[in-house]
Amino acid sequence: MEHDKKRSAILGRVLGPGAPELTCEQCFEELDRYVELVLAEDAADERIPGMHAHLRGCPACAEDFRSLRDLVTREGD
Amino acid sequence: MATALMTAPTEISWVDRLRADGSEGRAAVAELHALLLKAARFEIGRRSAELAYLRGGDQEDLAHQAADDALMAVLRKLDQFRGESRFTTWAYKFALLEAAVKVRRRAWQGREVPLEDEAWATLGDAGARAGRGAEDAELFAALREEIEGSLTPRQREVLVAVALNGVPIDVLAERLGSTRGALYKNLHDARRKLRDALAERGFRVGTGGEET
Repeated sequence: MEHDKKRSAILGRVLGPGAPELTCEQCFEELDRYVELVLAEDAADERIPGMHAHLRGCPACAEDFRSLRDLVTREGD
Repeated sequence: MATALMTAPTEISWVDRLRADGSEGRAAVAELHALLLKAARFEIGRRSAELAYLRGGDQEDLAHQAADDALMAVLRKLDQFRGESRFTTWAYKFALLEAAVKVRRRAWQGREVPLEDEAWATLGDAGARAGRGAEDAELFAALREEIEGSLTPRQREVLVAVALNGVPIDVLAERLGSTRGALYKNLHDARRKLRDALAERGFRVGTGGEET
């Protein structure tokens, strides 16, 4: 099981999401809107196609997403 | 949170206040800087493990540098705020980005980017231990062959560093005098080539990427 997870993780990092995705610049442009849609459970992935795939493929943008989501969540508490 | 707040008057007034002359404008800029500093501290706080060797005062300096740079970016890009999110959410992303990039670069200061040998060890290890027998050994061997033979030197350099050796893309961008976006394009093109090459060789790789 552990080996399978490691295998999947390495293949995921090397081969990427394998789906149409935004660029890093487009991701940053849409990040604030995407985070608010995610938190509002308002069809974020349908409204901003390619964002989810990019976040699966780009660790740095994925960290930016998690940080903004968590900060906005904390501010809303 | 969505539509009502996105068009709330407070979001527009932020822009108006930041553009105002005199004391109103200065007060709005100071208020914005305080928000950005809070966001930068938040980011640095959650990454404190990467900065364990830094004293608290140095972390605070880093937060101020990030907030200052983010303030410049926000004021420069004020025309681009479309009101599709709250102004604070839009502004926070600049501070979080500045802080994250500074932390990653600081954490890698003085460290060498790992060599390709380490990447081959990672791939070989995954192929040998994945527990799926010959099929996996073949897949990982083919992957190495394609990385070495099908990619341009730049694509190989970026893929090996970022995807196999775990070098943060912002750190690599700084070392290579490039940008995150440009390097990610190299990575994206490399991945597409590898997927196509593996499919041509009869391997089924499906969709991938990392969980967000």
